[in-house]
Amino acid sequence: MSDPHPGSLAEQLAARFGDTLSLTAVRNETIAELAAADLIAVTTALRDEPVFRFSELIDLCGIDYLSYGQTEWDTDTAGGDGFSRGVEGQAMGRFNWDERPRAASEPRRFAAVIQLLSIEHNRRLRLHVFCDDDTLPMLPSLTSVWAGVNWFEREAFDLYGIIFDGHPDLRRILTDYGFVGHPFRKDFPLIGNVEVRYDPELKRVIYQPVSIEPRVLVPRTIRNDADLLQAKAEAADHWREN
Amino acid sequence: MTQEIRNYTMNFGPQHPAAHGVLRLVLEMDGETVVRADPHVGLLHRGSEKLAESKPFNQSIGYMDRLDYMSMMCNEHAYVLAIETLLGIEAPARAQYIRTMFDEITRILNHLLWIGTHGLDLGAMAVFLYAFREREELMDCYEAVSGARMHANYYRPGGVYRDLPAQMPQHRESPWHKGNDLKRLNSWREGSLLDFLDAFTADFPSKVGEYEELLTGNRIWKQRTVGIGVISPELAQQWGMTGAMLRGSGVEWDLRKKQPYAKYAEVDFDIPVGVNGDCYDRYLVRMEEMRQSNRIIRQCVQWLRANPGPVMLKNFKVAPPSRVEMKEDMEAMIHHFKLFSEGYCVPAGETYRAVEAPKGEFGCYLVSDGANKPFRVHLRAPGFAHLSSMDTVVRGHMLADVVAMIGTYDLVFGDVDR
Repeated sequence: MSDPHPGSLAEQLAARFGDTLSLTAVRNETIAELAAADLIAVTTALRDEPVFRFSELIDLCGIDYLSYGQTEWDTDTAGGDGFSRGVEGQAMGRFNWDERPRAASEPRRFAAVIQLLSIEHNRRLRLHVFCDDDTLPMLPSLTSVWAGVNWFEREAFDLYGIIFDGHPDLRRILTDYGFVGHPFRKDFPLIGNVEVRYDPELKRVIYQPVSIEPRVLVPRTIRNDADLLQAKAEAADHWREN
Repeated sequence: MTQEIRNYTMNFGPQHPAAHGVLRLVLEMDGETVVRADPHVGLLHRGSEKLAESKPFNQSIGYMDRLDYMSMMCNEHAYVLAIETLLGIEAPARAQYIRTMFDEITRILNHLLWIGTHGLDLGAMAVFLYAFREREELMDCYEAVSGARMHANYYRPGGVYRDLPAQMPQHRESPWHKGNDLKRLNSWREGSLLDFLDAFTADFPSKVGEYEELLTGNRIWKQRTVGIGVISPELAQQWGMTGAMLRGSGVEWDLRKKQPYAKYAEVDFDIPVGVNGDCYDRYLVRMEEMRQSNRIIRQCVQWLRANPGPVMLKNFKVAPPSRVEMKEDMEAMIHHFKLFSEGYCVPAGETYRAVEAPKGEFGCYLVSDGANKPFRVHLRAPGFAHLSSMDTVVRGHMLADVVAMIGTYDLVFGDVDR
C-alpha cells in the first residue's frame, strides 16, 4: 500500500500552511515558528487533519531569551588580570534583585515552546511562539484545543509571567501562595528576594529580605570553533582505538 | 420545613499518608461524592530547572535523580540523552546496554514501590512487605554500581560512570543477619553483579506471581479498582497522558518500541495494554510490565557477559581521563582540570529527548547557546500532566476512589513539582 501522505513532516507542513510557519529541521526534529495570532487556527488544524493528527500535546514551557549568548569569561583575548576576569558576571545566579540585568534592546524575550506528538503517525513537532510585547507577554490559550495544556500554561504563567488569553483558571501553580515575581525569568535572582523563618517573638512565620549572597563560582563561558573541531577530531581518533 | 444543604469543602493533605507526598487536594464534596477537585501542587518545588542554568552540564545530573525519586536513572537518561544529542556523540554499545538494563531495574523498583503503596492505600497491607523485600535486592544493584542506593548519579554524557563491578558486595555478619539467614542472603552474592542479576531475574517472575496471588483475584481489591477512574483513549490523549495511563486505556504506545533509544531496538519484549481504562487495568498493565522488564534485564545480562568493552567515550573534551592516565600524561591532567573547573561547552541549539520512564514520558527540552551551562532546561514530568486531569477524572466518584486514583496515577511529587 502506498503512503497516502507522501513527504516529510516539514514538506507537508510547508504545503499546508505556507508562510504561516517558518520551518527548520535538525536531527530528525521538526521545529516550526509561528505568530501568536495564528496559533489557535494552526494547532486546531494540526490536531484534526488526518495528515498531521497531533492528538497529544506533550509539553508547553516558557523560555526567556534575555542574556542569550552572554558570557562572563573572555575566551578570545587574555588579559593580565588573571582569574578576576571571570568572577564578575551578570549571568544566572550571580546577581541580586537590585543589580539585576535590565532588558534593554532584547527584542522578543519571551516565547512558549510546545511539543506535539502524533500517536497515529509516530512523530513529533515542536512549535515556537514568541510574545509580541515584552512588558506584557501574552499568548492565546490552547485549552480549547488540548485540555491537558491547562497546567502547563499555568506553569509558564507562574514562572515566566506569560499571560494566556482565554485560560479558564490562570493561577500560580508551583510557587508559594502569595509569591511575588516570576522566578524563572533571567532577571530574577537565583537566591530569590525573600526568605522565611519562624519569629519566636511574633510567634509566627515571617518573610524577610533574603540574607544570603549570590554565589555561583563557575563562570559562564562560550567556546566554539577550535575546541569543538579539535574535540571531534580527537573523538574520531579514539574511536579507532576502541 | 425546608433546609438548605450546601456542598462543603474538604482539605486533603498536604500531609496525608495516601497523598504520596505533598499533595494538597481541595475537594468540594456533596456528601461522599466529589463535585470538584482542585489539586494544589508546588509544595516540593525546588526550581531544579533554574538551578541547572547556573551550573555546568554535568553538575545537574545529580538533580535529575531527585526529580522522580522513584525512577532515578530514567530521569538521568533523558537529560544525558539531550546533552549527547546536542554534542553529537553517542555512548559505546556496552554503556547503552548498561543503561537499558538499569532503566528496567528502575522500572521494577518503581513498580514495586507503586504496588506496595497503592495496595496500602486501598487496604492491602501484605503486598507492601512482599514488594519491599525485592526492592531491597535491586537497591543493592544500584549501590553496587554507583555507591548510592537511590540517588545514583551514574549516567554521564558519553556513557556511564564506571563498568559493572566484578564482585557483588556481600552482607557482613551482624546481630540482624547471621547464621543460615546470612548464608541465604549471600548465596546470590558470590559472583559478579551480573551473576546476582541472573539469580534475581530467574526468581523474580515467581515473586510477581505472589503479588498477583494477593491482589488479582481478590474480591476487595477488585471492588476498589474495577470500574474506578475510567479513562477513555480520547480523554487520555486530550490530557497528554503517557505510559501506563495511556496503555491502560488500550492505546499501544511505548517509546521503547515506537521511538527506541539506548538498545531497546535490540531486545525482545511485549507491550501490555488494558481494555477498560480503569484502575484495575492499569494495575494489570504495570504487573505485566514488571515481567517484561525482567525479560529485558535477562537479555541485557546475557549481552553484557559476552561483550566486554569501554563504557565511556574516550573523548577527553566530554569524559574525564582515568586516574592512571591523569598521573602519567600532562594532556590528560589539563583535560581533567578543565573538565572539572569549567565543564564542556555544548554547541548552540536545542533538542527534546524523551524516555519511557516508569510513570510515562519523561522528556528533557534543552536549549544551549554554546556555553558550558545550559541556557534553558525544561523537564517534562509525566506526573504533572497526569495529575492535571484529576478534576475531570474524579468528578462524581466517592472520596475513597480519589485515593485509588492518586495511587493509579503513580504520583511522586519530586517530579510533579520539580
